[in-house]
Amino acid sequence: MRYLPHTEEEIGQMLQVIGKNSLEELFSSIPEECRRQNLMELPKAKSEYEMLAHMNELGRMMKIDGDTKFLIGAGSNDHYIPELVGQLAGRSEFLTSYTPYQPEISQGTLQAIFEYQTLTARLLGVDVANASMYDGASALAEGLLMAIRLGKKRKTVAISGAIHPHYRQVVHTYFQATEYRIVELEVDEHGITDFSILAELQDDLAAVAVGSPNFFGVIEDVGSIAENVHQLGALLVCSFSEPLAFGLYNSPGDLGADIVCGEGQSLGLAKSFGGAALGMFGCKQDFVRAMPGRLVGQTNDLDGKRGFVLTLNTREQHIRREKATSNICSNQGICALSAAIYMSALGGTGLKQLARLNYDKAEYFKQQFVQSGAEIVSHGPTFNEFVVKFGFDFEPVRKKLLGKNIVAGLALGAYYPQLANCYLFGVTEKTSKDVMDMVAEEVQHG
Amino acid sequence: MADQPGTRGLIFNEPLLWEKGKNGRCAMSIPESDVPQAALPEHCRREDVRFPDLAELDVVRHYTRLSQWNFSIDSGMYPLGSCTMKYNPKLNEKLAASPSLANSHPMLEDGLNQGTIRLLYDLQEYLKAITGMAGVSLQPAAGAQGELAGMLMFAGYFKAKGEQRTKILIPDTAHGTNPASAALCGFKPVAVKSGAKGTLSAESVAALMDEQTAGIMITNPNTLGLFESEIQQIAEIVHGKGGLVYGDGANMNAVMGIVDIARTGVDVMHLNLHKTFSTPHGGGGPGAGPVLCVEKLLPFLPSPMAVRNDDGYAMVSVGEHSIGRLHAFHGNYSVLIRAYGYILSMGAENLKRASQYAVLNANYVKSRLTDVLHLPYDSACMHECVFSDKHLQKHKVMTLDLAKRLIDYGYHPPTIYFPLIVSGAIMIEPTETECKDDIDGFIEAVKTIVGEAESNPELLHEAPCISKVRRLDETQAARKPCLIG
Amino acid sequence: MKELDELILPDDIRYSADHEWARIEDEFAYIGISDFAQDQLGDIVFVDMPEVGDSFDQGDEFGSLESVKAVSEMYMPLSGEVVEINEDLSESPELLNADPYENWIIKIRMEDLEDYDQLLDAEAYLESLEE
Repeated sequence: MRYLPHTEEEIGQMLQVIGKNSLEELFSSIPEECRRQNLMELPKAKSEYEMLAHMNELGRMMKIDGDTKFLIGAGSNDHYIPELVGQLAGRSEFLTSYTPYQPEISQGTLQAIFEYQTLTARLLGVDVANASMYDGASALAEGLLMAIRLGKKRKTVAISGAIHPHYRQVVHTYFQATEYRIVELEVDEHGITDFSILAELQDDLAAVAVGSPNFFGVIEDVGSIAENVHQLGALLVCSFSEPLAFGLYNSPGDLGADIVCGEGQSLGLAKSFGGAALGMFGCKQDFVRAMPGRLVGQTNDLDGKRGFVLTLNTREQHIRREKATSNICSNQGICALSAAIYMSALGGTGLKQLARLNYDKAEYFKQQFVQSGAEIVSHGPTFNEFVVKFGFDFEPVRKKLLGKNIVAGLALGAYYPQLANCYLFGVTEKTSKDVMDMVAEEVQHG
Repeated sequence: MADQPGTRGLIFNEPLLWEKGKNGRCAMSIPESDVPQAALPEHCRREDVRFPDLAELDVVRHYTRLSQWNFSIDSGMYPLGSCTMKYNPKLNEKLAASPSLANSHPMLEDGLNQGTIRLLYDLQEYLKAITGMAGVSLQPAAGAQGELAGMLMFAGYFKAKGEQRTKILIPDTAHGTNPASAALCGFKPVAVKSGAKGTLSAESVAALMDEQTAGIMITNPNTLGLFESEIQQIAEIVHGKGGLVYGDGANMNAVMGIVDIARTGVDVMHLNLHKTFSTPHGGGGPGAGPVLCVEKLLPFLPSPMAVRNDDGYAMVSVGEHSIGRLHAFHGNYSVLIRAYGYILSMGAENLKRASQYAVLNANYVKSRLTDVLHLPYDSACMHECVFSDKHLQKHKVMTLDLAKRLIDYGYHPPTIYFPLIVSGAIMIEPTETECKDDIDGFIEAVKTIVGEAESNPELLHEAPCISKVRRLDETQAARKPCLIG
Repeated sequence: MKELDELILPDDIRYSADHEWARIEDEFAYIGISDFAQDQLGDIVFVDMPEVGDSFDQGDEFGSLESVKAVSEMYMPLSGEVVEINEDLSESPELLNADPYENWIIKIRMEDLEDYDQLLDAEAYLESLEE
């Protein structure tokens, strides 16, 4: 086996040094009753060539491929990934390195993560950002738990029903064995959250979570929500799954959100069935010691030269154990690096241009739907995504479009019963006018 | 030192991203618009985002230079105890990038994603076969999230039985994530002391286990690299009081094909695919920490999971008491692909040989270093061995100094100051993918450094001497945190 | 680290076995950590202090000290209500390493003046360290 270097001769030499006669003897401390009765039941080992052939077979089972047109986002967005992202993040010095606990030989990872934290903070409009969380969903759960820690004795959180349904499920998972209460906020018929019941919760309310852009693509009025929430003595946690929106719209941090957390997959990561993803997480400076996750900080070496280290470690599980701010240990290292490369490739100028292009495409698509007789349910400003309501059964049309390798939207009925005839559409810079026109035409004939 | 890999190379300087570039540059190929410009909603529009503007070569040089400041498996040996830094096969990178799988969208109907789901289903089966457990969820994105899933399953199990249990036993050799994960589920950790030989005794567990205690979290082999030989008696005691046994599978690399985890009495466990199953560490992640369980805990596993039915493969919610969803979608899927590729490339016999060689290598290191380093627990070790700096202290040299000096010889330092029960611990796990020559090189480097500790301790206090930066001021970093530029 | 005979232990204050000290002024007491505590912890990087108005019983945890790689809780040597915290420590935690007696951590209004008499004097504290 090519990954196992020992020859029989070397094994013999090593056993002799140890003073054992066989490999089996090395395991003599394991009681007989704990041992396997038989060999593990696994397929026969595949050669490299056989493995590639096998993966092609799996690929052939797929109805989608590299040419599929995805008119759907819903938390996993089909943006173009520049070649340099994969090639640079895939350099084995980054990919096969360990967590940078030995800073002298990890400055590459450390500086790159410091830069990621900085770009993330600038994008989200927060004072500080961490080295990343697992994904947008667990980042939201951790953000709410953090807000509860900061809120001292308050034990209720309110979550907008317009946050991605899966993210809300993950929050429930994280909270199920705690004493904290989750209240879900209603969404109006235009995809905008209704905050009117907040006042009833006030003394116990630790945090409010809102998505912007939310699951329906709608930009919520984060500024006035923040004001309202702060008046109630609670913290505002802002979630998102399309960070490119902040190239065009005001960032949640600038609008007053205390904790901003969401999914960074749009920034140079493949959809890849939803993972590996990237939980982006930032907050106001005052809250940094309550923040979960790794942090990289700048310092100097013995010669006074600039360098970077993992810092504020005392918040973390390996030191504070059961009193840690979270049990999280890993970050999404390579995903954060990929996002940093993507953001540096874009630059401020490119980000603005790309966000504008995405916006223009979505607005065009909305217009085409309206002209074809469909109704746009999402009101107010949106980014990339929006909800369309059809006056007829859209399913046959969607099926027909699938035949043309176009995935036309996500049926919302399964997530929101009141939105039975509604579909969530999403576009990106990859969506061509031709494809949008083709869909509009089918809708017209639908 | 001439024969060691650590030599001075060509190290470029490179500023921070925003210290280079010029306004107006862009490294992104942004397509020309084919639609009319739409009116912008003025009231919520943003001015500028302060990202530096760079051209493509600016970005490429930046990250290429940064990468060269990193130690990595591809450049040298990582004898990091408890981290299983084995070789990360090149093939698996290609598999993870397969266009159909990399393009697979997680919100589509199952019929469009049969290949993606089949891979999950098969991987579930393989992990069950490897551990002997009855069920698995691939959702947890890292070992710590796997532990959290496991503890939530404990909590759900007792809730379903109408019981309230508030404590959990955790040995003093445990990873820090164990108590932190348990605390998130309302269990108060109670420490169990390991015995004089470095393993747990059934009596010490019996003395603490009661009907308010949910069970025990055990790492086996433990963090001293020793197999908990009383595991079955311990499990019997815990089960006798109605409790459950959690197995931290961080050290699974020692026992693949040898131990049947279910037979040891473990009810719920997690695996670290980025350790045992060779997926790259990525400088801190992403990992993957599948959670597995025996029959009676099946209803509590996270949802959804991959199943096979008459129509093919599907993602479904199964357990009636499922703890629910832990990840927005299906976990770190691209990491799962790599582990799948590893298991299929290895097969059952080679996985077993991997564990045998891992244990062989650790015992070899232990045997060859016992005359120069202090060995606090002298029993046959599994995949890692733990020394201490006791013999070095007379020269005013500490574990940290030895660790830092190894960098000059071209090796990543071992895990140090862990486990906590060994003062000045030096924890070495060579893994099975290191050949004898390289292990011998590492052993010689340690011996040379121990010699230097006596002849020139100052050299060790100052080490490393030839790295990109010298020792960094961590106190300053923590006192005046500078977290963004 | 300092040998026991190198420790500075002023005898105009009293100590607790948890390594805090107290100095009385009328019904108030200043509370800090001993030279032994600061020396054991090494470079202190952060002091987590309670808020003015918080009340604690003797033996309660009232805050924590952090070094780069460790956290150490602080326990009340006396019962009382916090009336002032040493704001200088938020910006400059290193003051505790420089002089742990000049740099008190909190000032409290004592609940029971007799609590103070139960604390250890310098000699008794040193004895407890020797054990």
